[in-house]
Amino acid sequence: IGHPEIFPLVFTTKTQEIFNCRVDEDVTEENCFKLIKKEDIIQDLKTRATISDFHPIKKVVLEYPGEELLVVFDAKFQYGQNFYFVASEEAKENLLKPPETTEEKGEKEEENREETLEIHPYKPPVHKPWVSLGSEKEVEEESVKDTVTKIKYMISRVRKKFGAPITFTDKNASQVKDSYFECTSYQDKTFSIKILEKDVGVQMVPKVREASTQTKWTYPKNAATQYFPRQLSNEEKEESLSSEKLKEFLTSVHLRMEIALQQNEIMNAFFDDWKALAEDENSSGGKPDVYLKAYQSFTDLQYLKDRTISCICWHPTIYGIIAVSARDRLSYKEQVNLSDKSLLQQSVILFWSFFDSMHPQLMLECPEDIFCFQFSPSDPSIIAGGCINGQVVLWDISQHEEKLQNAKTVADGIKITAVSTVNASILNILQYICMSGGKNSTEPTLVRYCAVSSIQYSHKKPVTDIHWLPDYFEDNQMAATFDKRAETRLQLVTCSPDCSVLFWNIPATKLPEQLSSDKVREGEIFDMPPDVPDTFKHLDLCWKPLVKINLCESDINTEYGPVRMSLRELHYHYKTSEKVQSLNTLEVPTKESPYTEMGTSSSKNLKVLQNISTDFFVGTVDGEIVYSDWKMEIDSDSAKPVIQKHTQKDTIHTETINTLQRSPFFKDIILSVGGRNFAIWKEGITNGPILQSSCSAGRNTAGHWSLTRPGVFFIGRDDGNIDIWDLLKKTHEPSHFQNISESMITFISPWTASPKQHFVAVSDGLGVLHVLEICQTLSHPSRNEHADVLDYLEREVKYLK
Amino acid sequence: AEVEETLKRIQAHRGVVATIVVNAEGIPIRTTLDNSTTVQYAGLLHQLTMKARSTVRDIDPQNDLTFLRIRSKKHEIMVAPDKEYLLIVIQNPCE
Repeated sequence: IGHPEIFPLVFTTKTQEIFNCRVDEDVTEENCFKLIKKEDIIQDLKTRATISDFHPIKKVVLEYPGEELLVVFDAKFQYGQNFYFVASEEAKENLLKPPETTEEKGEKEEENREETLEIHPYKPPVHKPWVSLGSEKEVEEESVKDTVTKIKYMISRVRKKFGAPITFTDKNASQVKDSYFECTSYQDKTFSIKILEKDVGVQMVPKVREASTQTKWTYPKNAATQYFPRQLSNEEKEESLSSEKLKEFLTSVHLRMEIALQQNEIMNAFFDDWKALAEDENSSGGKPDVYLKAYQSFTDLQYLKDRTISCICWHPTIYGIIAVSARDRLSYKEQVNLSDKSLLQQSVILFWSFFDSMHPQLMLECPEDIFCFQFSPSDPSIIAGGCINGQVVLWDISQHEEKLQNAKTVADGIKITAVSTVNASILNILQYICMSGGKNSTEPTLVRYCAVSSIQYSHKKPVTDIHWLPDYFEDNQMAATFDKRAETRLQLVTCSPDCSVLFWNIPATKLPEQLSSDKVREGEIFDMPPDVPDTFKHLDLCWKPLVKINLCESDINTEYGPVRMSLRELHYHYKTSEKVQSLNTLEVPTKESPYTEMGTSSSKNLKVLQNISTDFFVGTVDGEIVYSDWKMEIDSDSAKPVIQKHTQKDTIHTETINTLQRSPFFKDIILSVGGRNFAIWKEGITNGPILQSSCSAGRNTAGHWSLTRPGVFFIGRDDGNIDIWDLLKKTHEPSHFQNISESMITFISPWTASPKQHFVAVSDGLGVLHVLEICQTLSHPSRNEHADVLDYLEREVKYLK
Repeated sequence: AEVEETLKRIQAHRGVVATIVVNAEGIPIRTTLDNSTTVQYAGLLHQLTMKARSTVRDIDPQNDLTFLRIRSKKHEIMVAPDKEYLLIVIQNPCE
């Protein structure tokens, strides 16, 4: 509280009665002091001990120096309790007295204040005697006095010694004894603590270990093998077709399907615009480099001397094999009188391979000069050729096929059969007897032909065009035993300037009926040499055509001498596919035709085929294009089967036609090349050609459509140039021309060996075969080329009308 | 007759190559292709549709396969499955 002598106390009423300090009776607010004798307090403390009110200050009371203690009534609870006890004499005195003085002073001040209105005169202070209040003691205590007298020292030195030069030297402190004192460290034993106890932790690892492995658990599984697919019989199919469930199914499903179909029709969601843009760039930007790069050229000095190549054929399956037929180089007049020509030199068909440009791989022996030949589409080892004398020849090279396929390695060690030519008149040309002779191995193998058609029934003039017919052409319905072998049946059609078109049939095996009714040659059947395959032995010399068509108009009675022909549906399948829908056999209602008389005894009742188009184009010797139909109908007048349908004939070309070819992309577009111009025709348009070229300076001698680009075709000229026409670029002149050789071009045959390699084989009048590689711009069609060419053709058709 | 009509209408769409109706066991009932090709298509697509349907239902059992379209280089095969039958249409997309 600030006053250490004040001790607040609580006085109970009992205590107040004992000491006569009852509140409001003995002790009031003004008269608050009460002196109590010390002895009384001590007495009270003894009697009442702990319950005495003075108990807390017992110690203070006992130590109190005076006799009487002051207890003050604290009405305002200034110190916290209702009484407080003053512990010291001085404080007691102070408390008792000052209140009196303050009271007095207070009274005086009140009196003074009333009189202070008057001006007090100045009174200088009166000197009063010094009253000591004890401050001298304090001063004395604080002052510092010398307790001991100070000692004086005087130190002197000789004067000359002051300021003398002094030299300092170093001295090691350790040399002088006791010059320094050190405290070395020592091991104090008292501080070394021996570890008597250490906490160590130990982990125990159990000896037991768990391990597991996975074993192969083979569980039994059902497996089944199906040999042929399950199929429902027709009745079951009918039943399910008519069931209600199927109807419901279709009603619920067809909407989804139609949505999807329409989506596809509207647009192609997967069309890659970027790729298409790249293709457009290639075709539209700038002048692309168009060329035919010379790849290889083949010629043979021995067999092709003074000869010209009449026909080129690529081997359909083996890469890099070309076959070339040669014939004598004849002037125009001599060509007309072919029948008088006699053989001087063996005529052959040469097989060349890309890998060996010096030696032909194979040679096919021909009875006469071959004008044209073709590989069979279903079996590339069968080759049919048409001779200059009108016969049709067949070869079978299946034995040598492997050799052709391995044409890279030079053939060796194969014995070659030589030929001895029999120079007989044309009517007696039958067979050649082969003799084997030792020749060196670089000579190509000579393969003899397997069958020749009978002279009597062949053409009278050279066979100028030969085509294989696809599988589903059957001109004659054979006997029942024969139908099973439908796949192996092969059909040929040939035409010749003797105004006839012959259909030939190659039955697979011998027909027993044929032999019996065969008109055997006049006993001059030679045995076949041993190493010739007897595939067609049964046909040899007795092969007759199936159907003969005389191309003559029924009313005008003019005759046409076809040189080239083009049938409508010639799809060549080089792999037998089952997807070709087998159509009904073509049956022609005819009974009387002597030309359909065959060795086969089978029926003459032939019905007309519904779906196949029987129209064909024919290009004639005189330059006419005839479009006709071979459907045989009976002419009411002469009871002879004649071509009934109206034929359409156009004379555009002035000279003989040398090429008549359908476009590989559009089935009804034909290219005809002859004389000084060429023309493009569309089947069904009778006004004239869609496109006709202007008369050119030289003669066009060969032509062919490009196999990969719909609007491109090649024209060969008699000056050794090849003109490349692109219908989309220019139609009045070729888009590109290139000179191949010095003599005239006799045949052009393009070929796609692989998607990257496109070749065109060009033969010239000197007997050289040039193989050229077509550059990419010429071989790869642009994106919409097919549609563009189609548009162009349709426009041209419209202009015609 | 309705069945015929619906099938003819689908077949008449542009580019449609073939239409096959297959029953629940994968045996073709009605087709416009030849037999061997049909059988091949039916067997293979039936299995594929079953697999596709089980895939869809594995992920969400409330879901079910409504249509399956396979786009290849040459054409597009569209399969519409149902409880008992399967309708397969092969179409050449327009180019």
